[in-house]
Formats: sequence, C-alpha cells, structure tokens
Amino acid sequence: MKFADEFRDPAAARALVKSITELAGDVGDGEYKFMEVCGGHTHTIYRHGLEHLLPPSIELVHGPGCPVCVIPMGRVDDAIWLAGRPNVIFTTFGDMMRVPGSGGSLLEAKARGCDVRFVYSPLDALKIAIDNPAKQVVYFAVGFETTAPSTAVTLTRAKELGVANFSVFCNHVTIVPPIKAILDSPDLRLSGFIGPGHVSTVVGNRPYRFVSEVYGKPIVVAGFEPLDILQSVYMLLAQLREGRCEVENQYSRVVRDEGNPAALALLAEVFELRPHFEWRGLGFISQSALKLSSGYADFDAELRYSMPGLRVADPKACQCGEVLKGVIKPWECKVFGTACTPETPIGTCMVSPEGACAAYYNFGRLHRETAALVGTQSVADGG
Amino acid sequence: MCLGIPGQVVEITDSDACLAKVDVNGIKRAISVRLLADAGLGVGDWVLVHVGFAMAKIDEREAAATLDAVKKMGQAYTDELDAFRSTGVS
Repeated sequence: MKFADEFRDPAAARALVKSITELAGDVGDGEYKFMEVCGGHTHTIYRHGLEHLLPPSIELVHGPGCPVCVIPMGRVDDAIWLAGRPNVIFTTFGDMMRVPGSGGSLLEAKARGCDVRFVYSPLDALKIAIDNPAKQVVYFAVGFETTAPSTAVTLTRAKELGVANFSVFCNHVTIVPPIKAILDSPDLRLSGFIGPGHVSTVVGNRPYRFVSEVYGKPIVVAGFEPLDILQSVYMLLAQLREGRCEVENQYSRVVRDEGNPAALALLAEVFELRPHFEWRGLGFISQSALKLSSGYADFDAELRYSMPGLRVADPKACQCGEVLKGVIKPWECKVFGTACTPETPIGTCMVSPEGACAAYYNFGRLHRETAALVGTQSVADGG
Repeated sequence: MCLGIPGQVVEITDSDACLAKVDVNGIKRAISVRLLADAGLGVGDWVLVHVGFAMAKIDEREAAATLDAVKKMGQAYTDELDAFRSTGVS
C-alpha cells in the first residue's frame, strides 16, 4: 500500500537500528526512556517487534494515548445504561463493545436484547437516526482530537438537517493534559516523547512546546510505520546527544505545524472544555475533556437522559492504571494473560488493539529473551 | 479505532455536502472531506482517512524526503564502518 509499504523496508530498518545503536553509545540498560504517547504507536512497536530490535539502552515506555483504555468504568456503565433505555439504538465504535463495565460490556448488553450497533463512522450513526425516526439514536463518542472533529462534523450535519432523534454521549478527551500529568508524576523519569501522529494532524506541533520549554524534554511527532518510529527514536537520541531539546516533526508528510485549522474551528464551535474529567489510571484531570457547547446542547445525551453518572473503582486485580502511566509493563500485571485476556478482558488495556496489553498479548508473547535473541540475530544477519 | 489509512481521491461526489470517493488499497468508499474543505482537494490527491473522514492531505514530497532522511541516517553507520576499516595507525 502506498505511503505504508515503503516505510516498512526491513533493510532500511536494520541500517537505522545500527545507527541508533551507535548513537546511543555504550551506556547502561534503560538509560534512555522514551514514552510513545499514542496507542497506535504501541501497536506498531509490538506488531513489528521494534522494542527487541533496539539496543537495551533504549526502553520504550507505553503511554496513556489509547482513548478506549482511558475511559473510566463509570462512563462505560452509563453507556450500558443508555443502551438499555426503551426505544434507544445505541451506536459505538467496535472497540468499545467489549470494554467491561462493572456489570458487563456493551456486547453482553446486546446479547441481553439491547439494540447496540457498531459503526465505522459517526456519520453512519446519524444515518441510522435518519432511517429510524421513531427511535432515539445515541452515539458513544470517544477519542482524542483525532476523532473529535468527526463528531463535530456529524453534529453540525444533524443540526442542519434537524435530526431530533440523534444525540451524543460525549467522552472526547484532549492530549496535552495527560502528557502534563505524566511529566508531573514522580513515578517516571523519561528522557523524551514520541509524540502522537494523528492527533497532531488536528492540533499541530505547537501545543507540545511546553514539553521542551517548561519540562526540558525533547518530543518528536511520529508516523505509524516501523521506519517512522525508528527514525523518531534516532531523532530523539540525536537531540539528547547534541544537547538540544525541541519539538520536531518526523511525520511531516501528514502533520503541519498549524494542524488542521478547519477542524480546530469546528471543535471550538461544537465543544467546550469540561472543568474536569476522570481518566482511568490518572484520576481526575482538569480541563482534559470535551462536552457539547451550549449551541449543541439539544444533542447532548447527558442532558437528554438522567444518567446514573456513578464513579466506579477499577477492579482490584486490574493494573491498567499503572500500565497507562508506563509504570509497569503489560506482562508485569498480576492478571495479564491469565485472568485477563482479549477474550475475557478485565481491564481496558486488554480490549483495544491500541491498548498496550492487547498489543503485547497478540504480538509480543514470544518469550522476551528469545525475542531479543532473534532480534539481535536478524540485525546481525542483515549486516 | 485511531487508525488512519492512506487513500486516494477518485471522485468528488458531492462538493456541497463535502463528500468524496476514496480508494483505500482497492476498496472504494464515500467519505467526508469537510475537514479539508479549504485544502483544494482534487482527484488523484492522497489523504489520511480516519473514521470516514479525510483528516489531512498527504504530501508526496515530504514522504519522499522522510524516506530519504531514513536512508541517510542508516547510511551514517555504514560510512563510519567503512572509514574505520579503511584507515588505521600502522
């Protein structure tokens, strides 16, 4: 596929890994800790075994950028409650179907007879509303600034067309507050960040300046193919070795400095910041999520229905919080791969393909030491 | 869900409603190009598609420049090794 295959060239990857190893120099294991904020990057890293190709001095730490993973259990319970209202068709991305609430998932609600349908796009949810005027159609909106503009366009369209039986249960979150929370956390000592790629198509590179200017850490906005990630690691290392600390853009084929102005204008029109929002693992973070603005209040499911809105603590055995903060690796969780698997997930990180646990479970379960050996071997072979 | 995939615009189906047909790896589907309304999108352009929306125009020159930079970064080590081999104190 164009713009994908050429960024997966194994020979180029091997050469790049050698340059990275050389640049990293002879330092101790885990000397460089780079957090990839975005779950899409986590997926690429495990899928292509990139962490095993890198020298032991470089550790990739998985961050909080999987919107499915950060939704707290109480919000999932609210979604399931909505799906159970009479006359409601509840629409959601497929990823959210198996996310466990305190009393089961949306998939189980569907099995009980609730009308839960998964959609590829919010516009598909709007179409369901238009086609079913006698029903109430609720769309479960999740995602960072990448996905929020699609909800915004859908809402402007619903308003234009006067689709009164359509509403949105808004759980959109923003990327900068969790990065700040991670930087303020005493648990982690990071050397730099692999910045989110698709969020940045919307917000641009400027919102990350505080990372270098205030916290003194380099950040490189990166694409999603293996060579993109490896190149970003190289760029981060080069900054550190040269004593620089900047926001750099590796994903320039897609991300512009100013982001997408049309999308940003729509976000400003359709949404406003919530005073605070609960994140799984990170707790309440102020001004970190979006709700519908007053101009779109008629479409706000939280105003249309009196939802329970209860706060539910995560199951005790689940360590998604620590995984999301990068404090532990997926396999260090007590229930990883035993009680918690993609088929019967306990925590959110095991559900989404972008969740660190699911990505590791699906692609990275080869014994790590063996994998490391294979990785070293393939690099050596390539030389 | 957060995936963005490259697709090529094959037809602007409804410019008022900002709809276009894109080809993603041989599969054609109508998507919204509302978020790129100001980008002067035309047939043949490549876009990044996410949940049924074109999010950004893909810049072919930047893509080539990135690949070029990747190769140069990998080359640095090979050059260094060559230099190491070819010189020495005798």
